[in-house]
Parts: sequence; C-alpha cells; structure tokens
Amino acid sequence: MKQNTNVHAEEGKQELVITREFDLPLELLFKAYEEPEIIEQWMGTNVLKLENKKYGCWQFETTDDQGNVVFRANGVIHEFIRNQKITRTFEMENTMFPVQLEFLEFEKLTDNTSKLNMHIVFKSVEFRDQLLQLPFTQGINMAHNQLQAVASKLGEGNSSGK
Amino acid sequence: MKLRRDPFQAIADPTRRAILVLLVSQTMTAGAIAKNFDTSRPTISKHLQILTECELLEQEQKGRKIYYHLKPEKIKAIADFIEPFRKLWDDRFNKLESIMKNYQSTK
Repeated sequence: MKQNTNVHAEEGKQELVITREFDLPLELLFKAYEEPEIIEQWMGTNVLKLENKKYGCWQFETTDDQGNVVFRANGVIHEFIRNQKITRTFEMENTMFPVQLEFLEFEKLTDNTSKLNMHIVFKSVEFRDQLLQLPFTQGINMAHNQLQAVASKLGEGNSSGK
Repeated sequence: MKLRRDPFQAIADPTRRAILVLLVSQTMTAGAIAKNFDTSRPTISKHLQILTECELLEQEQKGRKIYYHLKPEKIKAIADFIEPFRKLWDDRFNKLESIMKNYQSTK
C-alpha cells in the first residue's frame, strides 16, 4: 500500500497541512464530504448535524460500544463551494483545545484522480503540537474496527481497491 | 553557545529529506552525496551541517575521508511524533477511497 497521505507540520508555525491524492474523480471525493451517511462510514463517527451552506453548522459524535460519547466536535461552515472548497471551524467539545480553522481544497488531477489539501490553523504552536501528540493510536484502532465493520457490510465487491 | 537546531526544521526541507533517504542503506562522503543533486556542493555541505547539528547524521572519520551515516534513534523519535496522526488520516482516506469506489461501481 502506498503512503500517499502527507502531513506537513513546519516547526514554529501554528498550522499544519494534510495532503492526499485519491484514485477517485473529483466529484466522488467531494461527495464523501457532503453526504452524512458516507462521512459516517469513513470517519467512523455519527453525523448529528451537517448544513452544507454558508453559516451552516455541523456536529459529529462518536460513541463506544456501550453508547458512551467518547468524542464530539462541532463547527460552522464559512464557505461551501461544491467540488472546490469547504472552509469551516472545528472545535472538540469538553477539551482544552480552542477552535481550529480548516481550509479544505478539492482539486481535479485527471478524470479519475483528485487531490485534497487540508490546511488547519491553530490558536498557537503549542496547541498544534499538543494535538499532534494526543494518544491517537488507541483512537485509530477503535476507528479502524468500526471501519472494518462498515467495509464488510459493503461487501468485498470491489476488492481491486487499495 | 552553539545554536541547537530543531530536527523538525531539518526535515522540513525536501533536499535534506532526500539526503536522509540516500543514507538509509549506506554511509557516504559529502562528495558522493552531492553527486545525487543538481545543487552546488557548498549547498549540500550546508544541508549536511544542519542535519549533523540536529543529530540526525553523524560524521565518521575513515583515513582522510569523512563519512556520514544516519542516527536511527533520533529519526525514529521524529517519525513517532507525527506518524500516528498521519496514520489516522491515511486510514480514514483509504477507507474513503474504497467506499467511494464501491459507490461508483454500484451507482
């Protein structure tokens, strides 16, 4: 499996950039950010609210097997231009992390490939570095298990995927 | 007092990352490293100096020549710092990609 997700976190800057190239047409990539049911599948979280428009708001929530809320985040959408960009705020509830500003840019590479550029601005360098140091491994495994379940539900119809 | 450079700054530069990749499997002299790049020899020397100051590389004198080799423990510390976050997003995006491929084929 190729490693095509890059994270650039330049020293001393309160921002980071995540880039990824997809084997998907631009329209399908964008749809994965637009349709709540699809977001729920790949983010491994429940979409409580998602208003895809200027000044619309969004709220995601993740629960464990017992139904306890382990993660909840919300924000406001400032720009929503289909197949081009989403600008939004992101705030984790009940944490010490201040709100972040996210610029998502969607770009067509070829008819069947596309690129996502996700630029995140933090309140300070310290908050960015603390976010990077959060114990993600546990979260990854948990999300991964949920995603596995989704994948098996969808079936193995298209196993040519990476 | 000698300025202590930050290793994250060191690896922010693409040439320096390329130098680290070159040295994964071998030790090399500055001249041999420079041959792999279009940039001037002094520029490569400067990159090597920065990487050495950050303790990502170590110099080793063999006869009249100075060889550079990686210090794996320091590189691992950097990779460990950002890798879990990168992996989180990589997993999500891999899933996004496979879900949308299915979506496309069942449309």
